Parts: sequence; C-alpha cells; structure tokens
Amino acid sequence: MGSHSIQLDRKTLWGGKISPFQVSYGKMMMWFFLVSDALTFSGLLVAYGFTRHDCLESWPIGEETFNSLPFLGHGFPLLYVALMTFILIVSSVTMVLAVEAGHRMDKRGVIKWMIATIIGGFFFVGSQAWEWYHFIHGSEFGKVELADGSVAIVKGHFGEIENFTVIEGGRHHKKGEVIKEDLMHSFQHAAADGHIKNGIITLEDGSKATISKAKDHELTLILKKSGKQFKSDKNHRVITGKKAEELYYSAIYAGEENRVIYGANLKQNEYGPQQYAQFFFFITGFHGFHVFSGVVINIMICLGVVSGTYHKRGHYEMVEKTGLYWHFVDLVWVFVFTFFYLI
Amino acid sequence: MERDDLIEYSLPQEGKVGLHNEEEGLKIRKKIYKVTVLLTAVTIVEVFLGAVIKQDAAIWPFVKWLFVALTLLKAGYIVIIFMHLGDERPWLRYVILVPYFIFILYLIFIALVEAIHIKEVLSLFY
Repeated sequence: MGSHSIQLDRKTLWGGKISPFQVSYGKMMMWFFLVSDALTFSGLLVAYGFTRHDCLESWPIGEETFNSLPFLGHGFPLLYVALMTFILIVSSVTMVLAVEAGHRMDKRGVIKWMIATIIGGFFFVGSQAWEWYHFIHGSEFGKVELADGSVAIVKGHFGEIENFTVIEGGRHHKKGEVIKEDLMHSFQHAAADGHIKNGIITLEDGSKATISKAKDHELTLILKKSGKQFKSDKNHRVITGKKAEELYYSAIYAGEENRVIYGANLKQNEYGPQQYAQFFFFITGFHGFHVFSGVVINIMICLGVVSGTYHKRGHYEMVEKTGLYWHFVDLVWVFVFTFFYLI
Repeated sequence: MERDDLIEYSLPQEGKVGLHNEEEGLKIRKKIYKVTVLLTAVTIVEVFLGAVIKQDAAIWPFVKWLFVALTLLKAGYIVIIFMHLGDERPWLRYVILVPYFIFILYLIFIALVEAIHIKEVLSLFY
C-alpha cells in the first residue's frame, strides 16, 4: 500500500514539474504580467475615451495635429506616425524570426534577428523623441483667440521673418540695428506675452523694433471653440483667405497676453483642451518607456545569446519570453495608434 | 526544487511549438512574412482613410468603426501568430483573453455612458 502511493505521487500526480497549461513557469508569469500591464493600458485608453467623449467638438483631430515630417515641414497628415507604426511592426517581425531561429537552435540567426529588433526599437524611441520635441514646440502659428472670444488653430505656410529693425534702443540693442538672429523664438515669445502691437515688437531687453516678414501662404483658421461671432460648427469652422489673415494678425498684434499659445506643456497646449496634452504625454510616454525597457531587456538577452548561455541550456526560451514582451509593446501601439491618432 | 525552465522545454506537444527542424521552420517563416504583409497593408489602408476622409464627412462613423475592426484584426494577428497564443493550450488562452471580454468591454461601456451624462450636466452650467 505504502509503496503504491509513493509510485502514484511520483508518476501520475502533478508535482510541480509539468504545468497544467504546458508552459514553463517563466513564460506563464510573463503572460500574467502582460495581462496586468494590458489592463493598465486599457484603463488609460478608456480614461482617454471618457475625457474625449466629454468634450467632443473641441478635441483635436489626429490628422490636423500630426502632419509634419522631419526635414520636410508639414502637410503630411499621419505619415510620420504611420512610419513609426511600420518600424514597430517590422521590429516585431524580426523578433518573431529570432524566436523561430531559436526553435531551430540557430544561434547566429537568433543574434542577427535580435540585433535587427534592437535597432528597430531604437529607431522607434528616437522617432518618439522627435515627435515629443515637435509636439512641445508646436507650430509656427500656434492657437489663437480671436477678437470675439472664439478659439482657432491655424494651418498654412508661415512666411519667414527676415529681420527686426530697432527703432528704439534698449539695454542690449541700439537704435537702427538690424537683428537677424533668433527671430522666430523672440517673435513667438513676444506674441504670447502680448508684446507686439501694431506691427511693433518689444524685445526682451526693452528695445522696440519693426518686423520685416514675408507673406504667409494659405493661412487657414480652424475654429475649435465658438465665440460671439464665429461658430465652430460643421459648416463654418474653417476660415480661409484674406479674412483669416486679418483675424489672425489682429489677434496676435493686439498687444494682449495669452491671445496665442505655441506648443504644449502640462498647463496649456495649442492643440485642444488641456487634458489632451496630458494624455498625450502620459500614454505615449508610458508606452515609450515600455519600448525603452524592451530595448534594454532585448540587449541583455542578446548578450546572453552571444555568450552561449541559452545554447548550453538546450533551448532559447528566454528569447521567446522577451519576444512576448516585445510583441506586447507593438500590440499596445496598435491600439494607441488607432485611438490617439486615427479616430 | 528543480527549475522547470532549466530541465525541460515546456511545449513538446504535437510539434506545434518547441524545437522544430529546418523544413518546419521554412513553413513558419512563410507564415510570418504573410502576416507582415497583411499588417503593413492594413496600416497603409488605415493611414490612407485617416488622411483622406474628414471627421465631419457623412461616411465618418462607418470609417471609425472600420478602424476599430481593423485594429482588432491587427491585434488578433499579433497575439495569435507572433505571440504564439494560438499554439498554446486552450485554457491558457481563456485565462489570458477572458478578463478583457468581461472587464474591459464593461469598462468601455460604463465610461462612455458616464461621459455622455457628465457632458449633459456640464452643458447646464456652461
């Protein structure tokens, strides 16, 4: 009797050796971690949906907000995020190829594809850094509050500022001096602080100057909030042509503070309601942090592959586990891409 | 206790996942490339629609739901093919997927209903 039960214990009962799910402990725990992490992201995206549903009309539209490419300026709706998405999908593919090579015990294949994955990851993190930089600095026009209290974002090609000619000296600049440096920066600062009046800009050192600026092209106002005169409804939200130009410059040359907002921070942004930038920073930042830690983990595992640790072990399951994490990062981006940029 | 990830590879069943030879590898890679092409094509379609169709167009609600459907399609391919969830035991699949069908669908529903209500209440004051 006694010996029989011992035999049962060893051979037929689960002694912790073979998982009921037939996955190893490490892999199952990676799955459970991913389940909980996905719940976190779901919570964030649902919160985003909630807030967006709450202030429907004034919420920024992806294709109007993200339409720039590095070195090429703007007018390319969504292309940059599409590129980022493509990079991440490709790096997911190289990762799954590394896992596949691991199943064949092909050490060189695993190293090759893992390095490709790491490069893809760095490309994605770098792209996100550029996008944040662009988002924080904002457009050349900014968001403007018109005379009747309505608020509009502005599209078009900003005519270059050629120079400032000082007409009244300050601490730094003398009368008659022609300033040619840091023009855009000074202009935006002065406009946001209400230091431009009737075409005369008051610089930071107290000097006053006239602005010589090329003409803007295709200046378009898109109303985000209705005022007394202009309504941001379906048929009237876009103002173009001479009227748009007049409205825009009468607002930023009014000499009043906060009539124009450039870029974004946690307090205000030129794209839409205050929460928009906060969600942007938090969701894409949290995802970017996942990508970055994924790259670090991939590098560590790749070093393990190079040193032959997993080959000696007889299987490349560690590559599979990091692979799960990496695909998860891609998976989250698929959802962020849809709900933040497309819809 | 011995660590099971050190002593044995965990998925030998039916030759689906686990160690495989060159021939099976070729087949798997072919599948991976197919899925790559599909995911890329779906992304291109999404970006094209997103750039061309304005949000105040009459067709927009349809496009919006199309985006959601395409996203779920992409997510499905990533989870089932890339993460090999399709090759795992059925119960592991359920343990991972069922929480979303219960909690997240409910959370989405309740958040959107609540948002509509709050919007109504706020519109009384502003």
